[in-house]
Amino acid sequence: MEQFWEFLSFSEPNIRYVTFGSILLCGSAAVVGSFIFLKKKALVGDAVAHAVLPGVCLGFLLAGNKNPVLLVTGAFVTGWLSLVAIDYISAKSKIKEDTAIGLILSVFFGIGILLLTYIQHSGNAAQSGLDHFLFGKAAAMVSSDLNVFSGIAFMLIIAVVLFFKEFTLISFDIDFAKTIGFPVRRLELVLTTLTVLAIVAGIQAIGVVLMAAILITPAAAARFWTDNLKKMVFLSAAFGGVSGFAGAFISYAAPAMPTGPWIVMVISVIALFSFFFAPQKGIVMKLISRKKMENQIREENILKLLFQLGQKDGNYFQQRSVNEILAKRPFKPKQLISGLARLKKQGFLENGDGRWKFTRAGQKKGARMVKLHRLWEVYLTRYLRIASDHVHEDAETIEHIITPDLEAKLEKLLEYPVKDPHQSDIPYL
Amino acid sequence: MDAFWIILTGSFVSISCGLLGSYLILRKMAMVGDAISHAVLPGIVIAFLISGQRDSLTMLVGAGILGVITTFLIEFFHQKGNLQTDASIGVTFTWLFALGIILISVYAGQVDLDQDCVLHGEIAYVPIDLWITASGKIIGPRAVFITGSVMIIVISFIAIGYKELFLTTFDPAFATVIGISTALWHYLLMGAVSLATVASFESVGAILVVALLIAPPATAYLLTEKFRPMLIITVLLGILISISGYYLAVSIDGSIAGAMSTVAGLLFALAFLFSPKEGIIITWLKNQARKKELS
Repeated sequence: MEQFWEFLSFSEPNIRYVTFGSILLCGSAAVVGSFIFLKKKALVGDAVAHAVLPGVCLGFLLAGNKNPVLLVTGAFVTGWLSLVAIDYISAKSKIKEDTAIGLILSVFFGIGILLLTYIQHSGNAAQSGLDHFLFGKAAAMVSSDLNVFSGIAFMLIIAVVLFFKEFTLISFDIDFAKTIGFPVRRLELVLTTLTVLAIVAGIQAIGVVLMAAILITPAAAARFWTDNLKKMVFLSAAFGGVSGFAGAFISYAAPAMPTGPWIVMVISVIALFSFFFAPQKGIVMKLISRKKMENQIREENILKLLFQLGQKDGNYFQQRSVNEILAKRPFKPKQLISGLARLKKQGFLENGDGRWKFTRAGQKKGARMVKLHRLWEVYLTRYLRIASDHVHEDAETIEHIITPDLEAKLEKLLEYPVKDPHQSDIPYL
Repeated sequence: MDAFWIILTGSFVSISCGLLGSYLILRKMAMVGDAISHAVLPGIVIAFLISGQRDSLTMLVGAGILGVITTFLIEFFHQKGNLQTDASIGVTFTWLFALGIILISVYAGQVDLDQDCVLHGEIAYVPIDLWITASGKIIGPRAVFITGSVMIIVISFIAIGYKELFLTTFDPAFATVIGISTALWHYLLMGAVSLATVASFESVGAILVVALLIAPPATAYLLTEKFRPMLIITVLLGILISISGYYLAVSIDGSIAGAMSTVAGLLFALAFLFSPKEGIIITWLKNQARKKELS
């Protein structure tokens, strides 16, 4: 804990550089990654990330030392080449895109490993630290690296802001973009260039092996929280920034740990949390709201049934046992009993010695359900000319969805009918 | 003799991977293979921590389970979470791979694995780790036996399930109609891929195994249109890759696994350019001839 405050105080200028550098690198990669995610190119991003390794090694071989500009240039060239190769192979042969991606990814990475081991065995002392490009090491950044890499990160963010509208259009509806005369090919070129740049910038902090995660995972997480693209880009930048910060801290606190995997772990935990618990889209939340809907439907069906029984017997407030209800409609007994209990809590039912009866409010609600069901049957037979023996199923579904507003419109349109197609009374309470 | 053992291990690995990879690329599941090969890493480390041994059955089982879990998770996020497939694959395997690397760093003292091993394996050490019986007799390098037996398992799996695998790959609808469970064979195949990946792990590492899964079958696919010849060509390519990869690595003093992937890529490039049926150059020449005919 003490270590954390010491880290946060930024008393050492080096910590300051590394922290802001990492936040910027991860954040900008997440911004560009949002569009890669929307264009469904996540795995292409993975391939490019692996393919920058031979470029880094070639840059080193050319320079003879770890000159950041040459390393970046080399990485950029091979990253670009891999994209071109994937497109070319899948366009010009019967090889499918996924195979081309896997092929280029592994072969480029293999060449990179061959070069890297060759450099390591060559005895050049300047090579030490080159392997930080594999898993990333935020703390290993010196100020000249930081200048180059944060410069790229800034450029990325500015470029995305400038081309926001254009990128949105080519991500969602490329045909429309073509039709209204956007220079689609050139825009795609800009976006792929930014992708490669984002990867090249991020490898200092995360490394080539897991770079794809920082492009895609923040965007995938953000997608679960919003449908608005601007909000999504901001959120994914924030998620990326948080994981960059975490990475810088881990690099500081535990120098033996590889930074990249920890950054990926942080962002993955954020993503997994979002997949399950994001409101509306999260898997658990969706389950809960489905359960709620199922309960509501069941409750409404129980009220409807009690009303129908009452209508038949001419006594709406008669007490009825569970078995009596089950005889009329095969609910699952357990679900029926819990539904009855919930209805009592809501004030629609009363019970005494195991038998249930309507309250006033319950009778009114039951009447409404029956009315909606029968109104819809009238509507279907009258306006859609569906035979009266085919309308029940449809009405059974729609009755739970009709709003009071729609209810009023239906009543008016059908002129308050008193009988449904099966000659049963339509109750107005 | 060392060269022989290394090349033999390399061939075993590339044959098992290439055979399974043929099915993967035809099922458009090349990237699922990539994902599995990364995601078995935490399984390997956890099994290692439990059993404390390097080549135990626990390790194979641990990684096999993780491989199947990965396929399951990818499907789960895709179907229940409405996450697009590419992102589902990308998020799942990077997360599991990161977990594996972190476990290795945290238990660095207890686990006889390091990050280099994960990336490109240590096939050069194969001849050193010998299998010695209780009576002190040296039988041969341990890795040769492990990768050899996995290759036999893979070949028998394909031989026994040839018809089922073939049908579920090319015509899943028909397979279902005649009563073959596509889901069962899907998971069996994924299990086999995990097994081959784990067995290859020590020799070529978790990432470069992808090159052996995809490159040889993709090359063979360009050279023939029939499935059986494709499998045979894949096997021959695997052997060629191990031999030339080994000598390339020795000549420039680099990683053998890296060199094997490089050679695999080169062979693919050659087939891509010069394949007698679909090569870029042949197609170009044909187009030129047709143009002349028309003008």
